[in-house]
Amino acid sequence: MTVFQKPHALTDMPFHYCPGCTHGIIHRLVAEVIDELGVEDKTVGIAPVGCSVFAYNYFNCDMIEAPHGRAPAVATGVKRAHPELTVFTYQGDGDLAAIGTAETVHVGARGENITIIFVNNAIYGMTGGQMAPTTLLGQVTTTSPYGRIREIQGNPIRVCEMVSTLDGVAYAERVSVDCVKNVLNAKKAIKKGFTMQQEKRGLSIIEVLSTCPTNWGLSPEKAIEWLRENMIKHYPLGVYKDVTAEEANK
Amino acid sequence: MAKMLMKGNEAIAEAAIRAGCRLFFGYPITPQTELSEYMAKNMPKCGGLSLQAESEIAAINMVLGAASTGARVITSSSSPGISLKSEGISYIIGSDLPCVIVNVQRGGPGLGGIQPAQSDYNQATKALGHGDGHIIVLAPDSVQEMAALTAEAFDLADIYRMPCMIFADGALGQMMEPVDFEAVPVRELPAKDWACTGTGGKRVHNIINSLYMEPEALEKTVVERFERYKKLAENETKYEEFMLDDAEYAVVAYGITARIAKTAVINARRKGIKAGLFRPITLYPFPEKPLNRLADGVKKFLSVEMNMGQMLNDVKVAVECKKPVIHFGRTGGVIPTPEEVLEQLEKLAGGAE
Repeated sequence: MTVFQKPHALTDMPFHYCPGCTHGIIHRLVAEVIDELGVEDKTVGIAPVGCSVFAYNYFNCDMIEAPHGRAPAVATGVKRAHPELTVFTYQGDGDLAAIGTAETVHVGARGENITIIFVNNAIYGMTGGQMAPTTLLGQVTTTSPYGRIREIQGNPIRVCEMVSTLDGVAYAERVSVDCVKNVLNAKKAIKKGFTMQQEKRGLSIIEVLSTCPTNWGLSPEKAIEWLRENMIKHYPLGVYKDVTAEEANK
Repeated sequence: MAKMLMKGNEAIAEAAIRAGCRLFFGYPITPQTELSEYMAKNMPKCGGLSLQAESEIAAINMVLGAASTGARVITSSSSPGISLKSEGISYIIGSDLPCVIVNVQRGGPGLGGIQPAQSDYNQATKALGHGDGHIIVLAPDSVQEMAALTAEAFDLADIYRMPCMIFADGALGQMMEPVDFEAVPVRELPAKDWACTGTGGKRVHNIINSLYMEPEALEKTVVERFERYKKLAENETKYEEFMLDDAEYAVVAYGITARIAKTAVINARRKGIKAGLFRPITLYPFPEKPLNRLADGVKKFLSVEMNMGQMLNDVKVAVECKKPVIHFGRTGGVIPTPEEVLEQLEKLAGGAE
């Protein structure tokens, strides 16, 4: 009989995440993939600055905490020093798509063999609900209290679409963790990303649409609904780049 | 070994490779570019890597990543680029990681100029990044010493688990001198059991970070680091004394300025002025004790720098008001001449006590 267990790649440290936040699910998916690939002992993870800053306490592999937005550069240093390691970054939208945009673009351009787990919840959670680069037009945050206005705060960034134009990116997929089907698909995408890294195909990036009930001001259930009705509309799920599929089509 | 004629920038690069460093992350900036170019050309020949980053910020964070694995790693830049790196340097200090950082200084503030300067003294010794911390700062005065101190820098960084800066300037970086990559004394280095290279299934996971939510926990790490600074000061303070035995007027200068001051001291002696030179080689830790002792013998100090008076304050603190300390400097990329320094010495010697 198989008993449902916590993945080995997760420590026993209780998560600090708010009720209804989907970071916990995403952590678990990454850990399950690490377990299934059997690479925990040769993996180094890079934690960001933001809600998931304490990721270094939650994963059982070696962990490094990077300055805000710099995780891809830190990962590059690790991977270039030890190409045999499996290296992943875990980053939020402010970290990856605002302060760390240059690092994100160039890690893709260089085609570093690392995997980025990009958690997009359209808001800055850790600092208490400010506007993110992925905040939707009209979305109310503490720094867009009248709703995000295009003429003032500009447009939200679609990261998967942007990075899929870079030659060094091997795999870019946007997934969501709003329902069982999508959770299973998210895990499949994360596993594919890690596998692509092992095959030295270049950068793999998995964008995971995530909820922030606390800062969206919604119940966990309503937050899931809001994600489905608003975020997926602006950030369509799907594979934006897959060099293995391109090869298969040749 | 036969001496080689090299630029200072190249000598640092070659010394780093000889010290076992196989990773260079940088971004082009004048007047340190020869260092990047030397690395780009020679790292691949020894199985190493020279990677041009998208920015100074990315370069220092690549250094953070590589240093986290325990690898010897170096980056180089010049003044404006060092400012960009300062965030990363603060994290590297807070994460107790060893690495070597080169600053081939140029004039500032802002984009400043591209001529030699020493105007980053305060930044390097007092506040390279936010927070309560320091890095080791070594100030060579010749191409030979740039090579020797680079080898030393890697050892110091490894032993004390903190960044070590080679604090040069555009003149030292660009000038050619013979250099002998003599065997440096081998020091005993601590094991890097903190490194993130995968647990190998043999230990609990290592975490490299600089975040502490409990103020007391953070304070403890800072206090522990300052204990290391104290040991560093006790064991690693370096300086050179020149004609100081009977000196009445002590010039204090480092780097290229010390070379100029040395000429001025010799010329002053010819004119009957009892001058000498005190040259700090470690700017952090600053040689406070020897300078304080020196204050008992001399009449006055002349602090000479290529800035408006930054080391001046360290000299004053060291001397504890025992004797007057006067500053002379040129800035913005202007190099003081031996004649100008001599003129200052003559003023001191002829002036009222």
